[in-house]
Amino acid sequence: MFSYCTDPQTLSGLTWLSCYLTTGKHMQFYISFGVVLLLLAITAPTALLFGFGGAAAARSRIWPVTWLGKGYIAIVRGVPDIAFFLFFVIALDQGFEWMRHQVLCPDWDQPIRQGNDFVVCSAAKLPLGNAPQWIHEIYGFMLAVLTFAIVFGAFAANVLYGAMRAVPHAQLETAEAYGMTRRQIFWRILVPQMWVYALPGLGNLWMVLIKATPLLFLLGVEDIVYWARELGGTANPRFTDYPHGDWRMWYFLALLVFYLGFTRISEVFIERLMQKLTHGQATTGGDAQRKAAA
Amino acid sequence: MRKIILSTAALAFSANLAMAQDVVRLGTEGAYPPWNFINDAGQVDGFERELGDELCARAQLTCEWVTNDWDSIIPNLVSGNYDAIIAGMSITDERDQVIDFTQNYTPPDPSAYLAMSEDVDLSGGVIAAQSGTIQAAYIAEQGATLVEFATPEETIAAVRNGEADAVLADKSFLTPVAEEDADLMIVGPDVALGGGVGMGIRESDTDLRDTFDAAIQSMKDDGSLNEMITKWDVSSTF
Repeated sequence: MFSYCTDPQTLSGLTWLSCYLTTGKHMQFYISFGVVLLLLAITAPTALLFGFGGAAAARSRIWPVTWLGKGYIAIVRGVPDIAFFLFFVIALDQGFEWMRHQVLCPDWDQPIRQGNDFVVCSAAKLPLGNAPQWIHEIYGFMLAVLTFAIVFGAFAANVLYGAMRAVPHAQLETAEAYGMTRRQIFWRILVPQMWVYALPGLGNLWMVLIKATPLLFLLGVEDIVYWARELGGTANPRFTDYPHGDWRMWYFLALLVFYLGFTRISEVFIERLMQKLTHGQATTGGDAQRKAAA
Repeated sequence: MRKIILSTAALAFSANLAMAQDVVRLGTEGAYPPWNFINDAGQVDGFERELGDELCARAQLTCEWVTNDWDSIIPNLVSGNYDAIIAGMSITDERDQVIDFTQNYTPPDPSAYLAMSEDVDLSGGVIAAQSGTIQAAYIAEQGATLVEFATPEETIAAVRNGEADAVLADKSFLTPVAEEDADLMIVGPDVALGGGVGMGIRESDTDLRDTFDAAIQSMKDDGSLNEMITKWDVSSTF
């Protein structure tokens, strides 16, 4: 990166370090932090949406919808994450390709499953075989987001389902007495009040989600843990300009600082959100706020 | 979300109709120098990078490199995420039942033990190996205690910190490690395993296998394969 980096063997001390830390490999390491943050930024709202849908379905009066909601929550919560990530993504990908295959190649005469192989016509490939690498990477990333959203959505659904039932029943009965419809009660009374009950559970989930991101590498997305391991491993002078011993400890130390810092920021943010949501609520927290103000 | 993916794919589809060129995606591990590794610039490098590029040039294919975890390298091939494995994978009967191999591009070569001292117990001690390799299968058969690791780097680290008495791996991988580190040395007799290293291809993809077979043969015939093997010092020559 810097002009003096052309011959690293002659360098030492801080100049060496500045060159070492700006190699293309390290740049990919830094980019992977962005990838992880982007994944969290997209996954969290998507998972919340899945969770909201699941919880609303589980509360429904129509029994097939209830079953769907409860089934989703029960099944996804019961399957181990790692099994879900190994099996589900390949299945999801093959499912998409199978659907495209049915639409795009109606007169294909060979079987799709040939022994161990999964063969669809080349037009049905997702992404197409000749698509540039970045499209493959974005596709892999989207699959990761979807998988994370489904898994964490089920947990969020359970939290929200509980929160909806925690809203004092008197509130809903009062709304009914005022002549509100079920829909109005749900959106105007239940949903605004449930967040204060849901937040501790959702905050917990968020913390778990932050720490679950290394599962990304199972999905083919090169995340920070992958790069830390790759960069920290012993670098043999035959294969690199920057040889060093086993430095994994230092790289993992950097990850530790990153994760702890991120957790701290999240905690502060959740605390503030809790203050805001408690305001005017019929909970002990809301009461305390009222008394403090008076 | 499903809609977003489909529409991205549709976009990709229309954008790529123009270039009808065939792209062959090559899957490798990127953690096994000198065979394949990630260089300082973050690119796949090593013997197999050079070999793969040359084979694709000879077969007039456009090739793209993909890195994948060793543990899931075969499942991802058969489900079509890339078209060929070129990752120092030895040809064995067990793997041949699941995927097809081209002819070997390096001859069957010895594996070796690497340890901290000369007098380790190779038959009854604790031996490290990368999981899913021919070396791991060999140790399991021999009766020594096998400890498996996901990456080659971790197997070496296990010997350094005393978790394992020795590590069994390809000699070409261990030799540069032993040269670099005064504490580590190659011990005991070499072990002959496997049928040489070849490219893994889906069983249904016979055209691609024949194409690469022919390209490897042409490199064997004009001696350029031997030159490349010597340059990277990965094995004996043909």
